[in-house]
Amino acid sequence: MTFQQPSIELSPKVSDEVRKTTCYMCACRCGINVHMKDGKVAYIEGNRDHPVNKGVLCAKGSAGIMQVNAPSRLRAPLKRVGPRGSGEFEEISWDEALDIAVGWLGPIRKSNPEKLAFFTGRDQSQSFTSFWAQNFGTCNYAAHGGFCSVNMAAGGIYTMGGAFWEFGQPDWDHTKLFMLFGVAEDHDSNPIKAGIGKIKKRGAKVIGVNPIRSGYNAVADEWVGITPGTDGLFILSMVHVLMKAGKIDLEYLSRYTNAPVLVNATVGPEKGLFLRDENDKPLVIDRATGELTAFDKPGVRPDLAATYERDGVTHRPVFHLMAERYLDESYAPEAVAEQCGIPASRIRAIAADIARVAFDEAFELDQEWTDFRGETHKTMKGRPVSFHSMRGVSAHANGFQTCRALHILQILLGTVEVPGGFRFKPPYPKPVEAHPTPHCKVTPDSPLDGPHLGFVRGPEHLALKEDGSPARIDKAFTWENPMSSHGLMHMVISNAHAGDPYKIDTLFMYMANMSWNSTMNTRGVIDMLTDKDENGDYVIPHIIYSDAYSSEMVAYADLILPDTTYLERHDCISLLDRPICEADGAADAIRWPVIEPDRDVVGFQSALILLANKMGLPGFTNEDGSAKYKDYADYIVNHERKPGIGPLAGFRGENGDKSGRGEVNPDQLDRYIENGGFFIEHVPDDALYYKPWNSAYQDWAVGMGIYDSPQPYLFQLYSEPMRKFQLAAEGYGDRQPPDHLRDRTKETLDPLPIWYETDQHGNDGFTVNALTQRPMAMYHSWGTQNAWLRQLHGRNPLYVPTKLMREHGLQDGDWARVTSPHGEITVPVMEMAALNHNTVWTWNAIGKRKGAWALEEDAPEATKGFLLNHLIHELLPPKGDGLRWANSDPVTGQAAWFDLKVKIEKAAAPDGLSESLPSFDPIKSPVGTGPAELKWKVGK
Amino acid sequence: MTELPTSTDRKMGLVIDLDTCVGCHACVISCKGWNTENYGAPLSDQNPYGADPSGTFLNRVHSYEVQPEKGHAQLIHFPKSCLHCEDAPCVTVCPTGASYKRVEDGIVLVNESNCIGCGLCAWSCPYGARELDLAEGVMKKCTLCVDRIYNENLPEEDRVPSCVRTCPAGARHFGDLGDPSSDVSKLVAERSGMDLMPEMGTKPVNKYLPPRPKDTVEEEIDILAPLLAPVAEEPKGFLGWLDKTLEKF
Amino acid sequence: MHPAPSVIIFTTLSGLGFGLLFFLGLGLPVVTGMVAFVFYAIAFGLAVGGLAASTFHLGHPERAWRAFTQWKTSWLSREGVCAVAALLVMGLYAIGAVFLGQNWSALGVLGSVLSLGTVFTTSMIYTQLKTIPRWNMKLTPAMFLSFALAGGALLAGQVSIALPLLAVAALVQLAYWKYGDDALAASGTNLGTATGLGDRGAVRAFEPPHTGSNYLLREFVHVVGRKHAQKLRVIAFGLGFALPLVLLLLPFESTMLKHTVAGLAVLAHLAGVAASRWLFFAQAEHVVGLYYGKR
Ligand SMILES: Nc1nc2c(c(=O)[nH]1)N[C@H]1C(S)=C(S)[C@@H](COP(=O)(O)OP(=O)(O)OC[C@H]3O[C@@H](n4cnc5c(=O)[nH]c(N)nc54)[C@H](O)[C@@H]3O)O[C@H]1N2
Ligand SMILES: Nc1nc2c(c(=O)[nH]1)N[C@H]1C(S)=C(S)[C@@H](COP(=O)(O)OP(=O)(O)OC[C@H]3O[C@@H](n4cnc5c(=O)[nH]c(N)nc54)[C@H](O)[C@@H]3O)O[C@H]1N2
Ligand code: SF4
Ligand code: SF4
Ligand code: SF4
Ligand code: SF4
Ligand code: SF4
Ligand SMILES: [Mo]
Repeated sequence: MTFQQPSIELSPKVSDEVRKTTCYMCACRCGINVHMKDGKVAYIEGNRDHPVNKGVLCAKGSAGIMQVNAPSRLRAPLKRVGPRGSGEFEEISWDEALDIAVGWLGPIRKSNPEKLAFFTGRDQSQSFTSFWAQNFGTCNYAAHGGFCSVNMAAGGIYTMGGAFWEFGQPDWDHTKLFMLFGVAEDHDSNPIKAGIGKIKKRGAKVIGVNPIRSGYNAVADEWVGITPGTDGLFILSMVHVLMKAGKIDLEYLSRYTNAPVLVNATVGPEKGLFLRDENDKPLVIDRATGELTAFDKPGVRPDLAATYERDGVTHRPVFHLMAERYLDESYAPEAVAEQCGIPASRIRAIAADIARVAFDEAFELDQEWTDFRGETHKTMKGRPVSFHSMRGVSAHANGFQTCRALHILQILLGTVEVPGGFRFKPPYPKPVEAHPTPHCKVTPDSPLDGPHLGFVRGPEHLALKEDGSPARIDKAFTWENPMSSHGLMHMVISNAHAGDPYKIDTLFMYMANMSWNSTMNTRGVIDMLTDKDENGDYVIPHIIYSDAYSSEMVAYADLILPDTTYLERHDCISLLDRPICEADGAADAIRWPVIEPDRDVVGFQSALILLANKMGLPGFTNEDGSAKYKDYADYIVNHERKPGIGPLAGFRGENGDKSGRGEVNPDQLDRYIENGGFFIEHVPDDALYYKPWNSAYQDWAVGMGIYDSPQPYLFQLYSEPMRKFQLAAEGYGDRQPPDHLRDRTKETLDPLPIWYETDQHGNDGFTVNALTQRPMAMYHSWGTQNAWLRQLHGRNPLYVPTKLMREHGLQDGDWARVTSPHGEITVPVMEMAALNHNTVWTWNAIGKRKGAWALEEDAPEATKGFLLNHLIHELLPPKGDGLRWANSDPVTGQAAWFDLKVKIEKAAAPDGLSESLPSFDPIKSPVGTGPAELKWKVGK
Repeated sequence: MTELPTSTDRKMGLVIDLDTCVGCHACVISCKGWNTENYGAPLSDQNPYGADPSGTFLNRVHSYEVQPEKGHAQLIHFPKSCLHCEDAPCVTVCPTGASYKRVEDGIVLVNESNCIGCGLCAWSCPYGARELDLAEGVMKKCTLCVDRIYNENLPEEDRVPSCVRTCPAGARHFGDLGDPSSDVSKLVAERSGMDLMPEMGTKPVNKYLPPRPKDTVEEEIDILAPLLAPVAEEPKGFLGWLDKTLEKF
Repeated sequence: MHPAPSVIIFTTLSGLGFGLLFFLGLGLPVVTGMVAFVFYAIAFGLAVGGLAASTFHLGHPERAWRAFTQWKTSWLSREGVCAVAALLVMGLYAIGAVFLGQNWSALGVLGSVLSLGTVFTTSMIYTQLKTIPRWNMKLTPAMFLSFALAGGALLAGQVSIALPLLAVAALVQLAYWKYGDDALAASGTNLGTATGLGDRGAVRAFEPPHTGSNYLLREFVHVVGRKHAQKLRVIAFGLGFALPLVLLLLPFESTMLKHTVAGLAVLAHLAGVAASRWLFFAQAEHVVGLYYGKR
């Protein structure tokens, strides 16, 4: 037979049309090309022009087609007809749904707006939802940041006016050593992967600090399997070693940080605050003149060493205080090695390697720039060491200080905002002073007195009522957690249930699965949501919830406002919020309906506008009483925060040729769509680095509407706001902490980073650390409804290190009982060798409630999957002092998910049923279950 | 036809960098998406919302732990799809001629309209690269995105496999491994690219780049130690050093 | 490997059927008329039934004819061609014997060779697979052939031939198990070579690529407990060879008894071979299992 091949079609038509929008399978917000066939979504790929993902797409993004077609999508507004938690609903019309909501909300607003608690999840329309809440008049608004990673945000902003999270990035093009602390995935999912790929290609080194060696840590050249919760100690030990060896960037410290700023040493209410001049500018000694001078005077060369004598008191610069603290032998590698689980020799070797790369491999970019003191520099000096960190550091109750410690390390090395180091993305850098302070003054029938959330500068900004009690339902900005910049979403339900600090009427939530994976103490929270008072009424009287899918939380609401999927609505990823900027450019983006919903659903933001219009909320109503906006798209285009500044920065002005500032452009959305769904304005070359001090950048930022005037500032190695809280705890000032919080405030609000062991009370006998990680291919609970993704992670074993497997006689597939001071679960185990010897972990949010997500009740997620959340409580075990202490960071209130300690023992498979425990009754699915087979092909 | 061509004009294939793959499964799902909508029958899923979901995938990412003689255990993410073997046993065993290797580029394909779904080719593949689609009853395998790489309806830069285009870490490379001057061939030469199960004699075209050595920093301490020579032993001395050093500014 | 009933039935029955045809073709025994009809009905029933069973697991049986086209490279194709040829030749030969009382011995010998060839090609489908070291041995065709011959002789009532053939088959069976148990280890393929990571240290499969199941796991990964396998081997050996041998050696006078006993021996043998075949599949470790940390 002669050789013959069939001829095949090598150039089939790919699609009828490509529609470019923004992915929403997670919060990374990559640009996507949606290929359409016959008006249906046929294939989704990354948009090569997009600043975030530059063409690549993660597993979730590619699986979007299974998300927009998921059988779990809600179909119409739902009114609860069975008891809360049963899942029994009746579909109603939007008119009826809005009437019910306004029937609850209208009267509250007239009498006592704080009786509405409006909390939103991980959406990025916070500038809009907070605007709505402000105009409603309640002080009880926040998004999810408090349980997510406020330590990272606040630690960064208080220290350097910008944070890791997705607000900055390593200089991937130049860095030669990249060190990653406690990251499994993070929000910048694709950029981090692309960055790691890029630097590995160059042969740069990656060091992963993480108890678990998977994902990014698996490809790291060095793995530091640290004991959870001890990063601060490890970092400060490296600070010790580097300072001792003089491997620090003195020039950088003197010019750009408050290291040379003089600290008042006079005993009294000013002790520990900065010496300031009459304009309130912190003072330094000028090396050139030896004079006391404002830090920002043109030409000043701040002296790191000089002290200042006045009235017989020696006022010393911050740097002296740092030397005193960190050169202490208690930070020597030998002193911390055991606690951190890292040999002293390794700590030294890593510190030395960092020093080598930062100083021996320093380089310069041929780029002139001028600093805020008016000095022009011929080049930009680069230090190719960069750091990144996320929840592994922040989700501990010492996370705020650890995060500060890490920033101190970067700053000592001079690697922030320099080539090769860590870079901010616009709208950052932005000093604390350029952020709002929290507002909580409620007036019936009126808007709140200002934005809810912000950055306190001292006790005067706490959200307290006249009697000193918390103004907010979540007790944010109180002495328990004074710097809680993102609120405390994880405390809302338990406080509302306890009526502490007061009772509320309506809990209105959006996009947060608070009866399941986003809550601590899941069972307890379910009980709180369903608890009734002596009259048989629910303790939390009304619950309104908006979700797009049949999640566990749906069952616990009285009224459901069904959202669209991400391909069916307008969204705005705004510079006023959490934009998609890169260090090289300011960028924002939209989503637009690339398909029309086939259900009776409305985009949540549009639903809020409908509600606002029905209630005639200020901000949404014209003078003549007519509605300002008909829907969210209308708002995105026409809303102005300040004249010329609106939700979108691109294509402003009548001709669409203005960026940042400019009049409303009615065609703005079309221009975005033509441009691929996003807008980017590049930072000029001379403004690319040294942004906080770079006049060219400052001017550019003003032009873009990021600030109203240039805001150069110093990095705050020493945090004055923290010192102010300490001073109060020492008895100064008229706002005083309650006595039981004095000592803790003094200790934990230290203005220079410290490490302290988190509260171990009640942990006797519980010695094993238990963690969760995000799987790269799943997004919290949403991934499970996706037919393709759930095949990858349909259940989640508890990964147990080899040593503990042996000790407990366990083998893969065996079951173990895992106990914490708070609860018990029984789960399947699997061995992992590349794991800290005393740590167990599992994937986050794989376990599901039977009946949710349109899955069949025997789905493995419900039978074998489990949540670690059952073991974590929002409160620490009672100490017998009559008080309940929150399982949170004492500075920010950040939920301390990763402080969990457990013990494990081998168990028989529960009841011989092979089901994880605890198991819950099924909830009734409001949408039924999915089909038995999928053969998805749009263009047959 | 089931005879293998004596030689192919080019040897198109993938090079997978095990040093960089973070195990994100992006390539798995992107492949599923493209190949569900394109070449041949859709990749079906059985019981997709039920107790035992399963489906056809052409690319899957494993992970392995390696315990070196000394030092920490390592974890390696390991993507695997058809290796487009030069001596492809899956082709020669096929009784119908449905499986064949293309002369132009060496891509191994299944002609779905001739396939009887006997499964023998999957039996003969050492790598688990073929999966029988339950809904369609035909054998599915990686096509090297033959309907992308020459597709004139795609922009030039997109004429690469879906999995390669999507890989966020850039761990997947595509090119002609028969051409020693191609980027992929050079990469294989530089990084000692390897074959899987060479003893099977399949002569895979796809190559794997092994992970670089890990956890070596402590071994370099002799070189690194001088970097940490103390400038002072205690805070006072340190401030003295500081003063002296600042003089030089 | 997943012990699919269709392949077990197919190889067991067709092996026996073609074994019987082999002897009939050689004129052992020489039969004509009604007796021949019964013999051929049994032989064709087994061979064709087996072949038919083999189409049960096809995704597209309606295209099965295509399987004859690739005889140049494919053992499965060769088997198809060989089987059809054998059946055609032996069909002609049978027509001669049943209806015309003729024994065209040249045609018979050709049919015999083709019949045995069919068994050989069947065995080669498995033997050729390097991916399954337990099959990739010369002992595999030896086993298929010796079983077919012993079974054929038994069915053909050739006691004196069956006795030594059964003994040989029994020995081959023992050897097959002995070498088969070590085959994977001896093949040199392990997770180290499968991943190319072997020279870095001990390799262990960690997370599977998916928690859901897939075709590969269903088809290739089948774990038989050691004890269970041991028990089945005793049964297979006892029924397949030991019992028939004993039965054949029993000194019966009456032909009635002789026939009953011979019938029993055939049934025992069939059951034993089926059990052996079940083990043949169920115990075969495909190297793909290594990737999944399974065998
Ligand atoms: N044990 C443990 N628990 C944790 C964590 C951990 O690390 N370990 N992490 C914590 C952290 S950081 C976070 S951020 C939380 C996250 O927890 P959640 O914010 O609760 O996360 P999701 O599961 O994504 O739930 C969000 C809800 O949004 C819904 N949704 C999805 N898309 C849309 C949409 O387009 N519109 C609307 N209206 N709804 C939509 C989903 O259906 C889901 O019900 O979990 C926390 N919980
Ligand atoms: N694919 C995907 N991407 C996501 C999400 C998702 O659900 N899926 N969720 C998004 C959200 S809401 C968030 S908040 C981010 C969070 O992104 P990450 O910060 O990556 O969050 P986690 O997955 O919780 O990972 C925390 C990591 O810290 C490690 N760790 C725990 N304790 C310690 C410690 O004490 N020290 C050190 N060094 N490491 C420690 C854990 O092992 C784990 O690897 O991800 C976002 N991106
Ligand atoms: S990281 Fe993935 S899921 Fe998140 S936005 Fe980007 S593509 Fe979508
Ligand atoms: S997409 Fe790239 S990094 Fe992700 S699993 Fe595949 S090869 Fe690895
Ligand atoms: S990897 Fe398997 S399917 Fe692909 S060519 Fe090689 S043997 Fe055939
Ligand atoms: S399953 Fe199809 S491609 Fe594979 S050997 Fe059989 S006929 Fe050939
Ligand atoms: S080349 Fe194409 S078919 Fe092959 S694994 Fe990659 S995406 Fe899948
Ligand atoms: Mo989060």
